[in-house]
Amino acid sequence: MKVVVLTKQTFDTEAKITLDAQGKINPEGVSLIMNPYDEFAVEEALRIKEKTKGEVTVVSMGGPKAQDVLRQALAMGADRAVLITPELEEMDEYTTATILAKAVSRMEYDLILGGWRAIDDGSAQVAGRVAEILGLPVVNMVIKLEIAGGKVLATREIEGGSEVVEVPLPVVITAQKGLNEPRYPTMKGIMQAKKKPMEKLALSDLGLTAEEVAPKVRALKYFLPSPRAQGKIVPGEPAEAAAALVRLLREEAKVI
Amino acid sequence: MNFTLTEEQELLRQTVRDFAENEVAPKAAEMDEKEEYDWTLWDKMAEMGLTGIPFPEEYGGAGMDNLSYAIAVEELSRVCASTGVLISAHTSLCSWPIYAFGTEEQKRKYLVPLAEGKKIGALGLTEPSAGSDAGAVKLSAVRDGDEYVLNGTKIFITNGGRADVYVVVARTDPDMSKKHRGTTAFIVEKGTPGFTFGKKEHKMGIRASYTYELVFDNCRIPKENMLGKEGEGFKIAMATLDGGRIGIAAQALGIAQGAFEQALAYSKVREQFGRPICANQGIAWMLADMATRIEAARLLVYQAAFLKDNKLPYGKESAMAKLYASEVAMWVTTKAVQIHGGYGYTREYPVERMMRDAKITEIYEGTSEVQRIVIANYLLK
Ligand SMILES: Cc1cc2nc3c(=O)[nH]c(=O)nc-3n(C[C@H](O)[C@H](O)[C@H](O)COP(=O)(O)OP(=O)(O)OC[C@H]3O[C@@H](n4cnc5c(N)ncnc54)[C@H](O)[C@@H]3O)c2cc1C
Ligand SMILES: Cc1cc2nc3c(=O)[nH]c(=O)nc-3n(C[C@H](O)[C@H](O)[C@H](O)COP(=O)(O)OP(=O)(O)OC[C@H]3O[C@@H](n4cnc5c(N)ncnc54)[C@H](O)[C@@H]3O)c2cc1C
Repeated sequence: MKVVVLTKQTFDTEAKITLDAQGKINPEGVSLIMNPYDEFAVEEALRIKEKTKGEVTVVSMGGPKAQDVLRQALAMGADRAVLITPELEEMDEYTTATILAKAVSRMEYDLILGGWRAIDDGSAQVAGRVAEILGLPVVNMVIKLEIAGGKVLATREIEGGSEVVEVPLPVVITAQKGLNEPRYPTMKGIMQAKKKPMEKLALSDLGLTAEEVAPKVRALKYFLPSPRAQGKIVPGEPAEAAAALVRLLREEAKVI
Repeated sequence: MNFTLTEEQELLRQTVRDFAENEVAPKAAEMDEKEEYDWTLWDKMAEMGLTGIPFPEEYGGAGMDNLSYAIAVEELSRVCASTGVLISAHTSLCSWPIYAFGTEEQKRKYLVPLAEGKKIGALGLTEPSAGSDAGAVKLSAVRDGDEYVLNGTKIFITNGGRADVYVVVARTDPDMSKKHRGTTAFIVEKGTPGFTFGKKEHKMGIRASYTYELVFDNCRIPKENMLGKEGEGFKIAMATLDGGRIGIAAQALGIAQGAFEQALAYSKVREQFGRPICANQGIAWMLADMATRIEAARLLVYQAAFLKDNKLPYGKESAMAKLYASEVAMWVTTKAVQIHGGYGYTREYPVERMMRDAKITEIYEGTSEVQRIVIANYLLK
């Protein structure tokens, strides 16, 4: 079975976000990781590969540094990688999905996996859009995946329980936490990773132009949450203090 | 000059750091408290290939360089120094001399399972009357037909009790005036009749690392288990320690880095006199000095590994790296406790353990005084 995994390089979960002079998110000095939900997707792809003697291709769109996440996936056991560096000033989910779908459309695939969302911008759109462009069904937030007889049984979390969906291949599946426990790359895997093929593509290599992928949505402004205000101690006798607290919650904090 | 790590070295660091933080760090305090190691961690490290990093793939290793190995020991020690020395003693003190001095059969029989992590290794050099003066070992090995008969004791042996394979330096020439020239190295397997374990040490630090006495009572080993030639024991031991010091230097570096990060984070959140304590220049400058010394230690450690990787002489540099990094570890961990104030003195915070762990790096594989002797000998020869 041929599996394609879409992965994104994101800020580390512990990264401290700051804005630069232009009011944009400042990437300087921030350590970058593979989007954690994509790690579940890579792991699932590798398990399928091991069961079915398949092949796993990992695809990422981003800057040149994004090849680090592809190397990580290769070290985990993926077979080949494709890095697309479109070098565009402005992008949105439409841009990303259009580019990824174009890249994937040139490949053979039975299954496309991705994380259900990226932990940085959290739009949860890209995999679904790729499915739409490729004319494939999509099942989101999957926590269990079984494949047999050209069909997929996907278990997904829904409010208050879970749902089992049956869908024919090829299909786009997005991974939710709980799908699996991603492996660590092995030392041998790390050494082999550099020998595995990594294709690097520009926008023009995909036959796309900047106009064709121009964003439909533009972020107007970024701002940081206001710093958490200091706690307030309400003094006095318990009964009076409690009354004062209720008044403050109602009138000042406006939470009750 | 090129100070950037390769892509593989970066990925290795990230991988080992993730593993160390997710799997090892949560257990470090409890393992220290109980003086017990959680051996499921060993199995995981074996699976990842951390048990044979610098050996060729044909011998079960990862085929990586010594710098990668140093980085791995650094990252493990950053959260748990006992795990750092477990890998370091196994790799540098047991697997390496078999790799460097063993016959093809010995490598197949011992190095392969060691590198694959199916077996654990140790080195038995120190004796009650042969510590810094390692050439004075007394444990006797007497040839009897196709066997050698071992009698005597080794003390303070890391991974003792648990390890499956021991490289043991013994005296084959009973004439003590021959000093170190009368010594020979052997490979001894756990379970060999006449080979037992004596006292377990209860220690100040690296308490999850096992330190045992080895007792040999008419222990017979086949002559094929001689490592190198007769009379080469001390030479093999010294060559082994030259490389081992890179491992211990990396361990010290990791301890220092871990303690520094704890102190840095704590100094930003702890408020006294109405502001974070790092807003006081006295604290900020302490942090600056800690970071600077750690970076200097790192350069020495990586340089020693680099020299070894490039087949250049590294004995002096590995002694310098071990001397400096261990003293930095002791100094930095002491400051890290200081920055934590009273909390740093309690077991609620890891810096207390790190300060206890740091001390051993100034003692084993040659005390700081011995490192200075080694370095001075290079300078004055
Ligand atoms: C936890 C732990 C693990 C260990 N693991 C191993 C192991 O796996 N395998 C192994 O073989 N050994 C191991 N050792 C032994 C270790 O290498 C020795 O303890 C160390 O070499 C010092 O020897 P010693 O303890 O006999 O001290 P001594 O040699 O008695 O030294 C005492 C003091 O005298 C100083 N000194 C000695 N000679 C001189 C000199 N000529 N000039 C100036 N000062 C001098 C020393 O620096 C030290 O400060 C371990 C020890 C410990 C504590
Ligand atoms: C074993 C033990 C026994 C104790 N016994 C007692 C006791 O019997 N009774 C009692 O009342 N207390 C006791 N203490 C508390 C002890 O006195 C405090 O821990 C100590 O005063 C430090 O305070 P702190 O721990 O809050 O550290 P902090 O005040 O938070 O200090 C943290 C670090 O910041 C530095 N720092 C703080 N302010 C500044 C500044 N303005 N400029 C530069 N550096 C600064 C400190 O020097 C320290 O390095 C005990 C503590 C311990 C650990």
